[in-house]
Amino acid sequence: MTPQSNFMVLAPIIPEREAELRQLLDSMNRGPGQADPNNSLLPFTEFEMLHFARFVILDDKTTQDIRVYGLTPRTYPLYLAFLGDVDGDANAFLGKLIKRAGKGLGKIFSCCQGFTPDTDLFDWMKQHDAPPIAAYVNWRGRTVRQIRQEAALYDALENYVEGNYPTLHALGPGELHEKFRAFVNAEQSAGRLTLSKEARTPIGWQIKNLLHMIGFPLLGLLLSPLLLVAAPFYIFALRRLEKTDPVVCPMADQKYCENLSSFEDHDVTNQFSAMGRLKPGLVRLLTTTIVLKTVNYGARHLTRPGRLGRIRSIHFARWVFVAGTERMIFCSNYDGSVESYMDDFINKTGFGLNASFSNGIGYPKTNWLVRDGCIDERNYKEYLRRHTLPSQVWYKAYPGLSAVDLERNTRIRRGLEMSSMTEEQARDWVALL
Amino acid sequence: MSQPDYADVQGLVRFGYGHLTSASYALVRIKNADAAKAWLRSAPVTTAVEQKPPPNTALNIAFTAPGLEALRIPERIVAGFSHEFRGGMGQEIRARQLGDVKNNAPDNWWWGSKDREPHAVVMFFAEARQFDAFVQTSKGNFWADAFEEVRTLETSNLDGDEPFGFADGISQPQIDWEQQLERPCTQLEYTNVVALGEFLLGYPNEYGKITDRPLLEPDAATTDLLSAADVPSKKDLARNGTYLVMRQLEQNVRAFWKFLYEQAGGNIADANELGAKLVGRTRAGDPLIAVQAEPVPGTDPRTVTQNQFTYDSDPVGARCPFGAHTRRTNPRNSDLPERRLSTFRKLMIVLGFGPKGFYDDLTSSVRFHRILRRGREYGSELLPEQALQAPVPNESPRGLHFICVNANISRQFEFLQNAWITNSKFSGVTGESDPLLGNRQSIPGCPVTNNFTIPGDGALRRRVSGLPQFVTVRGGAYFFLPSLRALRYLARA
Repeated sequence: MTPQSNFMVLAPIIPEREAELRQLLDSMNRGPGQADPNNSLLPFTEFEMLHFARFVILDDKTTQDIRVYGLTPRTYPLYLAFLGDVDGDANAFLGKLIKRAGKGLGKIFSCCQGFTPDTDLFDWMKQHDAPPIAAYVNWRGRTVRQIRQEAALYDALENYVEGNYPTLHALGPGELHEKFRAFVNAEQSAGRLTLSKEARTPIGWQIKNLLHMIGFPLLGLLLSPLLLVAAPFYIFALRRLEKTDPVVCPMADQKYCENLSSFEDHDVTNQFSAMGRLKPGLVRLLTTTIVLKTVNYGARHLTRPGRLGRIRSIHFARWVFVAGTERMIFCSNYDGSVESYMDDFINKTGFGLNASFSNGIGYPKTNWLVRDGCIDERNYKEYLRRHTLPSQVWYKAYPGLSAVDLERNTRIRRGLEMSSMTEEQARDWVALL
Repeated sequence: MSQPDYADVQGLVRFGYGHLTSASYALVRIKNADAAKAWLRSAPVTTAVEQKPPPNTALNIAFTAPGLEALRIPERIVAGFSHEFRGGMGQEIRARQLGDVKNNAPDNWWWGSKDREPHAVVMFFAEARQFDAFVQTSKGNFWADAFEEVRTLETSNLDGDEPFGFADGISQPQIDWEQQLERPCTQLEYTNVVALGEFLLGYPNEYGKITDRPLLEPDAATTDLLSAADVPSKKDLARNGTYLVMRQLEQNVRAFWKFLYEQAGGNIADANELGAKLVGRTRAGDPLIAVQAEPVPGTDPRTVTQNQFTYDSDPVGARCPFGAHTRRTNPRNSDLPERRLSTFRKLMIVLGFGPKGFYDDLTSSVRFHRILRRGREYGSELLPEQALQAPVPNESPRGLHFICVNANISRQFEFLQNAWITNSKFSGVTGESDPLLGNRQSIPGCPVTNNFTIPGDGALRRRVSGLPQFVTVRGGAYFFLPSLRALRYLARA
C-alpha cells in the first residue's frame, strides 16, 4: 500500500506584493479558482502522485470578533498557504515539484517574506512547513494512479455492457461475474486495461503507524490517573465557559458570500477552507488539542475506508494551527454543494463538529462540548460562511469523480480480483455496475 | 402549543384552492409605489381561515427582494431576509447550483432575470365562470397606475394530472399546525408530519430553531406587527409569512412520449411501464413499492393506498429506481439508515460503523428538505396517444408553473433542486440527473448526464441512455409571502 501524506507551506506575504501575488495565482486558473491543470507556473497534472492542491490567501475577515472578550484584535501578517495531498512521501513530492516547477514556485514565493532569488526552495518550503494537528484521508492507500485505472476499468465495463447487453442481461450474478472477469483479463492481456498491483507498504511508515496506533492510547492510559483527578475541574471550567462564551453569528455579508459561491460548484467536488481564532484561555486550547488529536487518531486508525463517521463525501481534510496556537484553519475537499456539506455535518456528525469547532470564537452555544451548537442551523451556517476563505487556486486530479464514485470503482475492481463469489456477494457486486 | 392565527396567514400556505379551477399569476413591476401601496391596502387577500363553504375566489400576494425595495422598505430591513432571497433565483452562482445553465439559463428566461425580474406576484384563483370578473374587480382603480405587468401566467386545469400525463400532487407534507409534535434529536422513522417552522417563518423548524428573518424595533409603524417568539422585544416582520418559489417549467410532452415509445420498441404498454420507472409512480399515481401495513404518520387517510410506503423494502432500487423522480425528490428516509435501534447500535452508526453496503446511508435525512407544492399546469392537455402523432404547427407551449412554499429556500427548495434533482451523483448513481427535470448538460469530467438506470434484482441493470431534455426552465423567482399584518406594514403610506 502507498500511504498518502500531505504538505502545507505557510508564509507571510510581503504587503506591497499582495496584488501581484493575487494576479499571479489568478493566471494559473481557467475559471474562478479553478486551476488550469497545465498552467505554466505549476503544471499540476504532470505530477501523478498529486490528488488535490490549493493556494489560499488567509485573509480572515473575522479578526475583530475577539473584541467580544474585551481584547484588542491583533494585526496578523497576511499568509499564503500552499497545500496538497499526495501519494507517498511529501518530501519526495516536493523534490519533484521543485525540479519541474521550481521557477514558477519561486515566482509565487518571491511575493512572500524571506524569499530571495538565491533561497534554496526546498529548505525554504520545509522551514515554512505547517503540519496538521489532525488529518483525514478518505481511502488510505488508494493512489491517483489506481483511481484513474479504476475509472478506466469502469468505463471499459460500461462499454462492454453496452455492446453485449442482450447476452449479458439474461445471466445470473455468478455468471456475470465470471463473464466480466474473463473480459477484463482479456483486456489486460491485450494491453487495453492496466490494473497495477499494490505497491509494498514502506516499512518505515508501518513502524511509525504502529507506534502511533499503540502510543496514543498508551499515553492516555499512563496519564489516566492525572486525567481522572483533573476531569472535574476541567468539566467545571468548560461548563462555565460554555455558559458565558459570547456567540458571534451575524448574517454573513451578502457580497462576501456571493464571492465565495463564484468559486464553487464548477466540479462535483468543491474546496473548503475555514479560518478562525480560538477562544482565549488555556481550557479552549487544551480542548482543541485533545479533541483534534483524538480525531486524528480515529481518522487514522478507526475509520472505515470511504467514511468519516457517516460522511462519505470528503476526500481529504485537515486541521492546522496557523503560526502559533491562536488561529486555526480547516481545509477539506468534499463532494456536492456547500449547503449539502453543511447539512451533512450537522445531521450526521454534529457531535464531532461541535467538539472541534466550538473552541472557535463566536461558535453557536454548545452544551457538554458535543451537544446543541450546530443544531442552531442558521447561525451555524452564517458562522461558517463568515469564516470561509476562497481558494485562489484549486486543483483536483480526477474531475467529475466523487468519493462515492471512487468507492464504487474500487469495489468493482476488488470484486473482479476475487476468483469466486457467493451468490449474495455476486448480487451485491453486479448491483455496482 | 397552539395553532397560528390563521387570519394572519395567507391562504396559499394552508390551501391549494383545488376547487377554484381557474387561476392566473400576474408578475408585476411596481411603477408607482404610492399607487401600489394604495392597491395593496384595498386588495382582497385571502387568509388561511377555513371557510364553510369554501370561498369561490381567492387572492394572494408575494414580493421579491427588489419588490420590497420598490415599496421603499429600507435596505437594512431587507438585509434581514435570507441570502438566497436577496440574491434572487437568476443569479449566475445560483443558476449553476440549480442546473439553470445552457437552455435553462436565466439569460434565456421569459421572465425572472434582469429587467424582467418581477417585483411581486399577484395570484388570482376563482371558479371558472367568475374568474374574469374577479380579476377585474380585484385589480380595481389603482392597478394600472401601480403596476407594469411583466407577464401574466395563465394556468389550466388538467384534473390532477401534470402535462406528461401522470397524476400529480399526491404526496404533500402534513404541516404540524398545532405544534404538537415533540421533535426528537434523532427521528428513527420516516414521518410525513413536518414542523410548522419549515413552512411558516417565526416558528420552530425541524431543528427546533427559528429561522433568521428581519426583526424590527417597535415603533409607530410596527405596532401592528407581532413580536418575535424568540426575541420578544423585537417586532417580527416575517412571522406568519414564508417564502414562495416560482419556476416556469415548460414540458416537451411530445419528446417525452416519443422517447419512451421508441425505447419500448413501439409498444405502448412498455412505454407506460418505462415512464412509470422514470417518474416513480404509474400514470394513475400508484407507487412502484407495495404499500405497507404500518401507518406512516401524517399520511392523508384519502391517499393511504398511494402514500403509505417507504423505500426500506427496496434497498437496491430494483422496484423503484434510485433515480426515479419521486424517489429523488422524496427519498422517504429518516435520520439513520436503520430502524428500531438499540442505543449501542445508534452509537455505532453515528461513529461510522453502520451498514457497510455501497448504497447504504447515502441520502440526507428528508425531514429537513420538504417542500409544500402549490403549482398549477398551463397549456392544453396532450394525451400520450396524441403526443405520438405529428405536431400541429405553432403549437402553444405547455408545462407547469411550479410553486412551492418553504421557510428556508436554501435548505429546502435549493437543496432539493441541487443535491437531489440536478446532482449527477445522487444516491450512488452516476451519469444521470432527474429523468424528468435534468438539463442533460455535461459537467467537467462527466461528459454524460443523460442516462437513466433501472437496477436489476440480481440481474444486470438496464441503462436507458440519451434522454433528451424534456423540461426547460422559462422563468423563476424567489418571493416573500408576507402575513396579513406584514402586508399592511408594507402597504402603509
